[in-house]
Amino acid sequence: MEARNLHGLLAQSARRNPGAVAVVDPGVNELTYDEVDRLSDRVRDRLRACGVNPGDRVGLYIRKSVDSIAILFGALKAGAAYVPVDPDAPAERCAYILDNCAVRVIITESRLERALTTELNRLGSKPVIIALEETADRAIPPLQVALDRCDAITPATSRSSHPSTSADLAYILYTSGSTGRPKGVMLTHGNALSFVDWCSETFEPVTSDVFSSHAPLHFDLSILDVYVPIKHGARIVLIGEELGKDPLALAPLIVEQGITMWYSTPSILSLMANYGKLERFRFDGLRVVNFAGEVFPIPQLKAIKARWTAPRFFNLYGPTETNVCTYQEIPREIPETQTEAFPIGRICQPNRGRVVDLDGRDVAKGEIGELVVNGPNVMVGYWNLPENNARAFLVDDSGERWYHTGDLVVETDDGVYIYRGRRDRMVKRRGYRVELGEIEAALARHPAIRESAVVAVEDGSAGIRVRAYFSARNGDRPSIIALKQFCSEHLPRYMIPDTFGLLESLPRTSTDKIDYQRLKTLT
Amino acid sequence: MRQDVMPAVKSFILEKFLPGEDPQLLTPTTELMRSGILDSLATLELVTFLEQRFGIELEAHELGGKLNSLAEIERLVQAKLPTA
Repeated sequence: MEARNLHGLLAQSARRNPGAVAVVDPGVNELTYDEVDRLSDRVRDRLRACGVNPGDRVGLYIRKSVDSIAILFGALKAGAAYVPVDPDAPAERCAYILDNCAVRVIITESRLERALTTELNRLGSKPVIIALEETADRAIPPLQVALDRCDAITPATSRSSHPSTSADLAYILYTSGSTGRPKGVMLTHGNALSFVDWCSETFEPVTSDVFSSHAPLHFDLSILDVYVPIKHGARIVLIGEELGKDPLALAPLIVEQGITMWYSTPSILSLMANYGKLERFRFDGLRVVNFAGEVFPIPQLKAIKARWTAPRFFNLYGPTETNVCTYQEIPREIPETQTEAFPIGRICQPNRGRVVDLDGRDVAKGEIGELVVNGPNVMVGYWNLPENNARAFLVDDSGERWYHTGDLVVETDDGVYIYRGRRDRMVKRRGYRVELGEIEAALARHPAIRESAVVAVEDGSAGIRVRAYFSARNGDRPSIIALKQFCSEHLPRYMIPDTFGLLESLPRTSTDKIDYQRLKTLT
Repeated sequence: MRQDVMPAVKSFILEKFLPGEDPQLLTPTTELMRSGILDSLATLELVTFLEQRFGIELEAHELGGKLNSLAEIERLVQAKLPTA
């Protein structure tokens, strides 16, 4: 039997239904299955001609487009793992990531190339860069033009796609790191397929389904968005970075594109309920609404359900390291009296979960402990971080590895997990993981800041607010506008603190550690 | 009827998104978006504020890149206000 891998899903759907539309960039262009298959073949051949070998990494520093989907598959066909980085994040952070995992080729856009190259040079990193230029006719994919240009100089030899197996790396997704540097979560074809197959059973997709692709590609929600529709010969509707944040534009888009399967963070669903003027439209096509990434407060969940009455709603839970590992369907009617958020639910088969104490011993049902997960969804490890890898897993007596989610949960008698908080200083902001330590590490680079401490406090309507406290060097007080500007140059937008507070000195505990609890009580 | 748009918007932004900042540092041309002062959620809150405070309705296509400074916001709102 042929090995199963992610690019095999595309090949299969392209054989079955070559003329069906695979991916749509609304208002720009669309590609059929056959076109994505052939364009990704060309990417594979070009990458191989640029020296990419099976097992290498390929970076994507590019806005979401039909091209970016073809590039993912092209990299996989070449046997490489792709590394998507945030095109909206500072070039410095992106270059760090691409250098960290030693990508051999980066595919980017010409408007981003210069800043990226400057940062890569600073790091002494010299990958091959393929820059896509905007085309005058927006319907022509810039990727096709770039490949034609390369072929005109040296034609790329046609190769066969790599027969990747389930243990081969498929992609590396970088998440916020507590020491100030993002860390790369390594995931295999097998990891992704296990989750994709679970989605098939749970959501029963059909070729006529239309999937939203709202999350950026560096976010693990994109795995469902891309590979589940491709497996089933369904359609992907790309929602770009700008449009994705604009609830007024999203509502009509869902209707016009006939989206049937929606997947996003609760934040964007709340934004649509609050600001999307949803009463103007009928959302009859929606069949499933999945949300993940953070807790969905009941009032906001009720608000969107009141507008979208037809679809089934699912709460999907899981850190990038496991993709989704538990799920809970939301009942059609939410009881009037319910105020507590829904549980994160049951484990996704065939994965297994346990709730353990600080020593790794199982706690009784009903007791609070940390959720650890074992099974085919669980990552191989972090790229080049042996110490983090040792800490990330609990190894049991039979040698099985259980990933420490860092999430505190309670398991009910019937195997449902209820989320109770974090074990560490990681918070979720609009669905993104934010290590408060990474913000502190960025602030430490500001010349006028002597010391800083960042806390997250609950804020009824908006989820959490991130507050940075700092003391200044030589009484030199930077303005808040200047601090926000500084952060926007060193951190992704979702990590920029909401407020800054200048303190004479930071409060300390009796053991001379920063007193975060006290900082949280300041207003 | 012309309304004093700028001072109202300025104090809203200072209070909501820049608490503690010296008001003099937020000028009519201070960049609001690219500088990290307003993120996407903050922008929506600002739009709601503008709609309610000035009794206007703003559509998605009218906003693209037009809220990047107090001066731009002033222009956008003034254009929407009924003329006397």
